[in-house]
Amino acid sequence: MPSPLFQRCALTLVSAACLLLSAQAQAKPFKWSSASDIPTLDIHSQNNALGNGVHAAIYDSLVYYNSKTFKVEPRLATAWKEVSPTQYRFTLRADVKFSDGSALTADDVVFSLERARAKTSNFHVYTQGFSRIAKVDARTVDIILSGPNPVLLNQLTELRIMSKAWAEKNKSTEPKDGKTKDETYAHRNAMGSGPFMVKEWQPDQKLVMVKNPNWWGWKDAPSNVTEIVYTPIKNEATRAAALLSGEIDFVLDPSPQDLGRMRNNANLKVIDGVENRTIFLGMDQFRDELPGSNVKGKNPLKDVKVRKALYQAIDIDTIHKVTMRGLSQPTGALVSPQVAGWTEGVHKRFPYSQDDARKLLAEAGYPQGFEVDFACPNNRYINDEEICQAVTAMWAKVGVKAKLRTLPLVTYFPMIQRYEASIYMLGWGVPTFDALYSLQSLTRSVGTGGDGNYNVGRYSNQRMDYVVDRIKTETDLPVRNRLLTEGLQLQNDTVAHIPLHNQVIPWAMKKNIDLVHRADNRLDWVLIKVN
Amino acid sequence: MLAFILQRLIQAMVVMVTVAFIAFLLFQYVGDPVVFLLGQDATQEQIDQLRADLGLNQPFFVQFGHFLANAVQGEFGLSLRQGAKVSRLIAERFPATLELALVAAGLALLAGIPMGVYAALRRGTFMSQLFMTLSLLGVSLPTFLIGILLILVFAVTLGWFPSFGRGEVVQLGWWTSSLLTLKGWHHIILPAVTLAIFQLTLIMRLVRAEMLEVLRTDYIKFARARGLSNRAIHFGHALKNTLVPVMTITGLQLGGLIAFAIITETVFQWPGMGLLFIQAVTFADIPVMAAYLCLIALIFVVINLVVDLLYFAVDPRLRMGKAGGH
Repeated sequence: MPSPLFQRCALTLVSAACLLLSAQAQAKPFKWSSASDIPTLDIHSQNNALGNGVHAAIYDSLVYYNSKTFKVEPRLATAWKEVSPTQYRFTLRADVKFSDGSALTADDVVFSLERARAKTSNFHVYTQGFSRIAKVDARTVDIILSGPNPVLLNQLTELRIMSKAWAEKNKSTEPKDGKTKDETYAHRNAMGSGPFMVKEWQPDQKLVMVKNPNWWGWKDAPSNVTEIVYTPIKNEATRAAALLSGEIDFVLDPSPQDLGRMRNNANLKVIDGVENRTIFLGMDQFRDELPGSNVKGKNPLKDVKVRKALYQAIDIDTIHKVTMRGLSQPTGALVSPQVAGWTEGVHKRFPYSQDDARKLLAEAGYPQGFEVDFACPNNRYINDEEICQAVTAMWAKVGVKAKLRTLPLVTYFPMIQRYEASIYMLGWGVPTFDALYSLQSLTRSVGTGGDGNYNVGRYSNQRMDYVVDRIKTETDLPVRNRLLTEGLQLQNDTVAHIPLHNQVIPWAMKKNIDLVHRADNRLDWVLIKVN
Repeated sequence: MLAFILQRLIQAMVVMVTVAFIAFLLFQYVGDPVVFLLGQDATQEQIDQLRADLGLNQPFFVQFGHFLANAVQGEFGLSLRQGAKVSRLIAERFPATLELALVAAGLALLAGIPMGVYAALRRGTFMSQLFMTLSLLGVSLPTFLIGILLILVFAVTLGWFPSFGRGEVVQLGWWTSSLLTLKGWHHIILPAVTLAIFQLTLIMRLVRAEMLEVLRTDYIKFARARGLSNRAIHFGHALKNTLVPVMTITGLQLGGLIAFAIITETVFQWPGMGLLFIQAVTFADIPVMAAYLCLIALIFVVINLVVDLLYFAVDPRLRMGKAGGH
């Protein structure tokens, strides 16, 4: 029954749409969505990928990655030089104003970098090796390091600058952490020098940012967006529907099953880009006997031949074509191609061969294979559970009976960190775009200060430890790059982990949207164009 | 009277504490929020430190004791995910859920009662058969499927209604309402219909059954013998008597609507308490989950208490000395 109510609704809709259209002639809103909201607006409180990406619209950092080349380029700092191996001097851009009109000075930079070092900050990984921040004059700041630090600039890309006066006025001179009992002002409010300003944030509902017309960089930025509206939509079918119905312009994380429909839709387009995140399998190389295995008295995974057999038994092409529907970049390296240290050589995989795998297992003394525990997350990486099921089936063909258990990420990560898994899946992103980040966390023997903090198979190799420790302080770039590659190659030769692929991240959007797909899966706000 | 109320209140307290205990017990298995709070770079020392700071390393009963002591004062701490006071989060989300539940209940009554009456009076006709068949569908189709189908048809294909969100809200003190703007109504229709369908079919079947029952009674026969018009008999006598159980069920179901709005809210990204709860689950945000479950339990307990008291007022048998079981 076409009731009058429906007709009236349809009419009001049309007129509302007309109104909207005429308004759009001046204002260009960009409406986007992904599954969850940013955790906070505080730039030093939670090191969350989505949050950091949004903060970059509101706050500037000293330097930032170029969206296409991923080379570090100037932002608030226009120039920098090495005064000594442990002292870097940064010259600040002239005439930068915060969105409240106050000038950005060296004091704000010193304050913000110190704020990132506060006890309650979650950004210590980016301030590692900082010893002191010193103001030289109103436009010059020195960062004094405790030792040579070749990734200083990479670290600075994630350290954003806040106004000292604003923070003091609003009692937000320290970020909030799990212990803080009350909300801080900077958690729900933001005031920076970036290209956009927060107009309204209703957590889990809507984040509205408007253009900051006084941003210093607009003359070189092609964006015509005047307003950015972010609406988290948890249900992936609803998210897809909102894009198909035209209510939003862009979806950061379309679900794999909707992609076919989106690609075939005349009003939409899908851009695929390799994410800077490598999915791999790790193996317990520490315990003397694996719980749940039928091999008693020894740990088969300690034998490099066994690890290589597991590697070569994996038919990565099938995983690429069938499980991932082409949305993966198979790799033999622990890092993706954008990361310093990567080469064609380390990218090459051991060939898939069931015969070789069987031969290696026989040589290692397991001609009949063995049983082993295998743990996987089921809601962390793209098709994580499906990949593990496929791998389990492939291993079964060479006699290795993996007992697969899949867990949601909230229980999975604590479990593997207690070293309870024999074989486990992990995906590792590299925000610094430097292989040290992966080598140190994943292959360095477990130690302090981030050494081996996700080396949950407790792989340990003297040469690797030596290489990693040298990379940490080596500032001669060619030498350092050689060491990075050596570390990656050593991981391959000793089969410390079994790399699978780099994730390919599809972004779905309306046809009239122009933007750049960044390998860190975040938007570059000033390159978005709504046509 | 006083003894009866006291007795009911004590029972309610026992229910509340039991719910809190079971909920808390479950939280031991939902996972570790520390992983989210610290991210992939955290060192073991940081993890241990945060766990100690949050009191997560204390024995179960100590944690539960703290929780109870605070909960009695309406204090549920800070959300681990959002860093905001849980009481504030719930207060922000409650209006959305209540409005959705009320609109859904209204829809279910407005459509369910006439459909039930029709199905009872015109038994065997094509339309009433159709209603009965559709009601079977309404009872058996899962809510999320109905929601997705409605989105597909009315938001994507026809473009009549928005697929997500609450639209514009008006601030009335601490309450936010989306029922005062056209856009708000526009947004609420699909989720309210989704949520209402189950209740609607329930009410329709209930009204039909009760109506058939009442139409068989003697006083309807006498009414017919008195020569009253069909209209007066059906609506003046039969329907009125049918409505007493319908009202009871609807009242009790309101609690259910609020509690089961979780799925509808997730499908439509409706910013209510259910969505808050689901997001808390994926994050292992224990304070939010605990507060939500306790609040839902409280709503059920209060509704049941009110219904009990109403029975007490209505049914003289309960007032005669010791109340019998019912």
